[in-house]
Amino acid sequence: MSLLSIENLSLDIAGLPILKDVDLSVEPGEVLGLVGESGSGKSMTALTVMQLLPEAARTQGRVTFDGIDILAAPEEAMCRLRGDDIGMVFQEPMTALNPVKTIGEQVAEGIRWHTGANRADAEARARAILDRVGLPEAKFPLTRFPHELSGGQRQRVVIAIACALKPKLLIADEPTTALDVVLQAQILDLLRDLVDENRMGLLLISHDLAVVAEMADRVTIMRHGEVVDAGRTAGILTEQRHPYTRRLAEASTHVPARARTEPSGEDRKALLDVSGVTRDYPGRRKGFFSRAEPFRAVDNVSFSLAPGHAVALVGRSGCGKSTLARMILALDRPTAGEIRLAGEALGDKSEAELRSARRNMQVVFQDPYGSFNPRHRVERLVAEPLHLLDKRPTAAERREQVAEALHDVGLSPSDMDKFPHQFSGGQRQRISIARAIITRPRLIVADEPVSALDVSIRAQILDLFADLNQRLDLTYLFITHDLTVARAITDEVMVMDEGRIVERGRTQEVLKHPRTAPARALVDAAPDLERALAARRGDKAL
Amino acid sequence: MSLDPTLREDPAEPHFLWLVLSNRSFLIGAAVTLAVAAMALLSFVWTPHDITNLVVADRLQGLSWSHPLGTDHLGRDILSMIMIGARNSIAVAIVAVVIGMGVGVPLGAWAAARGGWLDDVLMRFNDLVFAFPALLSAIMITAIFGPGAVNAIIAIGIFNVPVFARVARAGALSIWPREFILAARAAGKSRTLITIEHILPNITALLLVQGTIQFALGILAEAGLSYLGLGAQPPMPSWGRMLFEAQTRMIVAPHLAIFPGLAIVVTVLGLNLLGDGLRDLLDPRLRRQR
Repeated sequence: MSLLSIENLSLDIAGLPILKDVDLSVEPGEVLGLVGESGSGKSMTALTVMQLLPEAARTQGRVTFDGIDILAAPEEAMCRLRGDDIGMVFQEPMTALNPVKTIGEQVAEGIRWHTGANRADAEARARAILDRVGLPEAKFPLTRFPHELSGGQRQRVVIAIACALKPKLLIADEPTTALDVVLQAQILDLLRDLVDENRMGLLLISHDLAVVAEMADRVTIMRHGEVVDAGRTAGILTEQRHPYTRRLAEASTHVPARARTEPSGEDRKALLDVSGVTRDYPGRRKGFFSRAEPFRAVDNVSFSLAPGHAVALVGRSGCGKSTLARMILALDRPTAGEIRLAGEALGDKSEAELRSARRNMQVVFQDPYGSFNPRHRVERLVAEPLHLLDKRPTAAERREQVAEALHDVGLSPSDMDKFPHQFSGGQRQRISIARAIITRPRLIVADEPVSALDVSIRAQILDLFADLNQRLDLTYLFITHDLTVARAITDEVMVMDEGRIVERGRTQEVLKHPRTAPARALVDAAPDLERALAARRGDKAL
Repeated sequence: MSLDPTLREDPAEPHFLWLVLSNRSFLIGAAVTLAVAAMALLSFVWTPHDITNLVVADRLQGLSWSHPLGTDHLGRDILSMIMIGARNSIAVAIVAVVIGMGVGVPLGAWAAARGGWLDDVLMRFNDLVFAFPALLSAIMITAIFGPGAVNAIIAIGIFNVPVFARVARAGALSIWPREFILAARAAGKSRTLITIEHILPNITALLLVQGTIQFALGILAEAGLSYLGLGAQPPMPSWGRMLFEAQTRMIVAPHLAIFPGLAIVVTVLGLNLLGDGLRDLLDPRLRRQR
């Protein structure tokens, strides 16, 4: 008998259908990958198993866990199951922990509640499980607070809470989406080891086919609340019988068609020139008069970008890449060093003097939800940089320019009278690109521009970037921790580590033969669909 | 990614008008406030009796058809005095809130936009003003410039400045790190322009709610100052002074104290309910929890 079996599960919330006839099962000691894009109902399936649905939810069908009929179980029975036999790990480690309680209290809490153990016993068990997830006593005593830990360490605490009582089933909902690739690899390793040790069933929810291909024994692919494809991982992802599976796989390894620009000789002068740039942040205040040592976010960085080139700046989270980007955009001033755009130095200039430079460089941010003022219409949002022009356009000219920019990014000019919340994530990212190109800049700095998007939409946005690169002769600086993005649309890669650029080279070369340790760590940790499938086939051949 | 779109944009979110109609504290608060305002406006054109006409023969009458709320020691009609007093209370409170907002919001927004030492200096100065008991500073001001409605307004207005400065600064600080502000800065907009275009519209709800609360406090403060004889001067009636004059006659004619007292309580309660209701209506997070 399966550990968890879901048969013909249908769910609607306040009359809105969410899930339709979903079937899936998880065996003990097995990893089931549940894959789908946003809105496909994968998280709702998990919440149904936990019975943590909103009140207006109506369910039909059968969900059996370990012989218990979950849909009919009373709330008290579910309270005993949750955290004891079923553990759950959430996506966002920053908000999944209570900030005013120590990590020891938070891990011990569940143990005490479910087993009735006294404080000392519970703390001893909490200590043991924290050691197990890689947070040893010496560096991470039970008295640490969540804010003293990094994102990856917090996710380990969340996993410790979920696995403290050796649950039979662990549900992990996008457990690594908020982490960089190196941390992602570590957390996935940990989950896999825990599954092997305890013969736990793992329901791994992810939008990332490569992650699932590495981790899961079987996959279930969902779309619009229905299961479209299911079976053994290697079979499903190699044969790709279902058209949607094929589309997902293609989108996740998508490389836009673009002519590679050859690094031209001396004839074209560098568009962006960064020399010896350093940025220190003042240390934490220790007393009234004393401060800790300043923190060096960017350390003596120099590079230049040729016009028309697309360069990726890759590195782990916290390596200083976003700080560097802000200085290039003149949103932050370097402590030392100089940045020149088209020969013009940006340091020590007033906003008025920066106008011409700002016309030539624009920015695209990661979060398509946060990068617009929710109270303005698209016309006003896209037209914002027009204020940099020396001659202000008239209202009619302005509408015309906005219409043109929207057309360039594949939206309709009639969209300009809508509000940002009326668009999907991908469309919003198009609006944000329209805003970036409206002054016809030469340099676009894009900070993780596709990491918040679904794979199929990500492929479309990458195509758009590639297309604009050629049509408008744009130079790109892509800031990302995702090597597939770098591979897709950049000519060159710069690897950043602890504030320094440690390696620079042609994209293909760096990704195939990284020379430095930080670059190698990134490349090795990046999930890769082809490699994972090859490994799986290799396993079977043995 | 795992956030279902149904959670982000609730298709079942009810219409705003429906939310207004189902918010009881907003409705009651708005009704009371409008009634007081209407009473004050009406007093410009009509009152039951002329209060400048003293009829000593009718002094200290109880409730009757011709004087629904009785008369005071000079034979003036209490209802008429309360109506004209409302005018005074509302005017003082409104102007005081306008002064507070007009000075406090720009100061707070400026402090948030500039940061650094300017922020420190402005906010510490704010703390200084804040630490002074409002009534004490009002007494000081009236002691220097003499009593009167205008000086009461200035005193209460100054007391409002640090309140609005703090609210505006806190609100603005939470908006500044957002990405659309960074985008606006990348578009070369100055801090002043960003404050006007992006920051202020996003903190209006906050300021509006604080405004109704300060309005209620202003009415209370005005009553307090008039009670001490530092507010509007006779013959202009005011709620606070009516209470003061009633004090010595509490045993003989309790209605002299009861009705102006009730007027103050009802108005302040109405404004507080209005503020509560507004906060719930304007804050989408609270809206969803209902």
